Amino acid sequence: MAMLEIENLTVEFKTGSGYFRAVDGVSLRVDKGEVLAIVGESGSGKSVSMLAVMGLLPWTARVTADRMSFEGQDLLGLSTNDRRRIIGKDIAMIFQEPMSSLNPCFTVGFQIMEAMKEHLDLDKKQRRARAVELLSLVGIPSPEQRLSAFPHQLSGGMSQRVMIAMAISCNPKLLIADEPTTALDVTIQAQILELLVKLQRETGMGLVLITHSMGVVAETAERVSVQYAGQKVEEQPVSDLFRDPHHPYTAALLSALPERATGRRLPSIPGVVPGQFDRPPGCLFAPRCQLATELCRTTAPPRIMGALCHYALKDGVPQGHPGKEAAA
Amino acid sequence: MSTVVAASNLTRHYTVSRGAFAKPATLKALDGASFTLERGKTLAVVGESGCGKSTLARLVTMIEQPTAGWLTIAGEEIVGASAATLKMLRPKVQIVFQNPYGSLNPRQKIGHALEEPLLVNTSMSATERTRRAREMMASVGLRPEHYDRYPHMFSGGQRQRIAIARALMLEPEVLVLDEPVSALDVSIQAQVLNLLADLQERHKLAYLFISHDLSVVRHIADEVMVMYLGRAVEQGPRDLIFGNPQHPYTRALLSATPQPDPTRKRERIVLSGELPSPLNPPTGCTFHPRCPWRFEPCPVVNPALLAHEGSLVACHAVNPPPASTEAA
Repeated sequence: MAMLEIENLTVEFKTGSGYFRAVDGVSLRVDKGEVLAIVGESGSGKSVSMLAVMGLLPWTARVTADRMSFEGQDLLGLSTNDRRRIIGKDIAMIFQEPMSSLNPCFTVGFQIMEAMKEHLDLDKKQRRARAVELLSLVGIPSPEQRLSAFPHQLSGGMSQRVMIAMAISCNPKLLIADEPTTALDVTIQAQILELLVKLQRETGMGLVLITHSMGVVAETAERVSVQYAGQKVEEQPVSDLFRDPHHPYTAALLSALPERATGRRLPSIPGVVPGQFDRPPGCLFAPRCQLATELCRTTAPPRIMGALCHYALKDGVPQGHPGKEAAA
Repeated sequence: MSTVVAASNLTRHYTVSRGAFAKPATLKALDGASFTLERGKTLAVVGESGCGKSTLARLVTMIEQPTAGWLTIAGEEIVGASAATLKMLRPKVQIVFQNPYGSLNPRQKIGHALEEPLLVNTSMSATERTRRAREMMASVGLRPEHYDRYPHMFSGGQRQRIAIARALMLEPEVLVLDEPVSALDVSIQAQVLNLLADLQERHKLAYLFISHDLSVVRHIADEVMVMYLGRAVEQGPRDLIFGNPQHPYTRALLSATPQPDPTRKRERIVLSGELPSPLNPPTGCTFHPRCPWRFEPCPVVNPALLAHEGSLVACHAVNPPPASTEAA
């Protein structure tokens, strides 16, 4: 049995003009000791689906799912008190903006020890020792002194290390990292990714890495789930995804990377991600897809080889496609 | 090939107050940069936050005056130039900012935003200005009906097109692009990079492309300047910098950039430590505390930028100082 199981998760936000579907029928599973990457552009619902797992969405959100369980325990019907016993202890999260995720009014030490006070049976002295141990584990020099530092005294990379220390303070079984390196410089990004992967290997926890960078995915993940406009369009092991993407969106996204470019012009994807009012009736990617046919524009696609597409690609060839003429 | 921008030993120091009783400190934001930029070419400036990239942009756009060194734009010396000369030069250099959400006035219609540079700098009639704005919108891929819309009605990619259009209204010779695609998603980033390549070809523009994203730089640049704490550490043609990097910092930056290719396993040089504060830079070579190659002269002597195999490198290990050659 998988550690985290999500089936058909849908999150809708109440807006002035009706409900907006941010996550649309996403299914995921994360096993113990596994690194799953969720990749997608902004607005693809990758953060929102994980916030739903954490129960951190505002009251305007409507969360429905066939199943959302952690170690066999249903997360949807959980009372607030029971949820608190899991969140922050067994499931922890690292947020995107380290500088704004720490409370500026409290010292780093206080904020790390806060979660331990809530979840672990340690006295004050033990908590302090554990905080020092954590800070040195995430590579912060002179950890004893850093305990009394305030967040504004730390750089972005240091703040992110503190966030990681806080997240792993109660030995979580599942760590969700939401764009942990987006706000950081390249050399610091390399340090943080290295640290996350090292911690994951040593503790055997599951790691969900939310990112928009294909480079980060290729270097850290084992399995990749690609999201587009709230839907999971494809899921594959990392090497297969980069070698043989099955969904036209993944294929287009990969070839739009400057690293893969051959000429001066990049093969870009025309148009933009559909918003609240221009959601197509059929396949959500159809308006931007070069292979789209009448069928794509009118009917929601089936899942073929893990890809949500009528004509899933195999070695770059769309299966069962009527030909380029019909796609015009 | 005609040179449009030439800079030699360009320096900008700021005096920073450290409270009522402390002596004000000198922040060396840019400490001696030399380069030339030719028509139709792209010079990319690469580095992490705090390396002086944006200060360089402010000097080249004449928003600020350098504290030392000289800078000529279109053959005119700008240090100590009269207000009239500067006014004449300013339309020749235009800038596109990083964040298209912050750089457009939310209360100004797109058409008016595009016409404003003409209103300030030329004596064109209102109809002529409107005609020029509409022409420019078409050439950057905006539709005519966008003329009367406000910035909030556009996506990030479209806003960046608007910002580029606005920068081109005065038919500049140099376009300073300060991280123009780092706020955009991959599929949109490819569209904007293609647009920039087209415009460069059509108008023979010189680009000063500031970025921390090496994969984008590799795609777009002709020449690359790698900066660290206000100084250029390596400078040369793109293929040399990427194909045969000499400076340890360039090597570390390249190896830290995640590659979207899971099959490629390579030795990653993870730099220890963080960027030092530019207020209190290390002695000698500013990179020495993080450098894997440091030896005796590094903490003492600041290496000069010297020619080495076609590019310029500031490193004692690459260009040994005279004293150590005698010893060897």
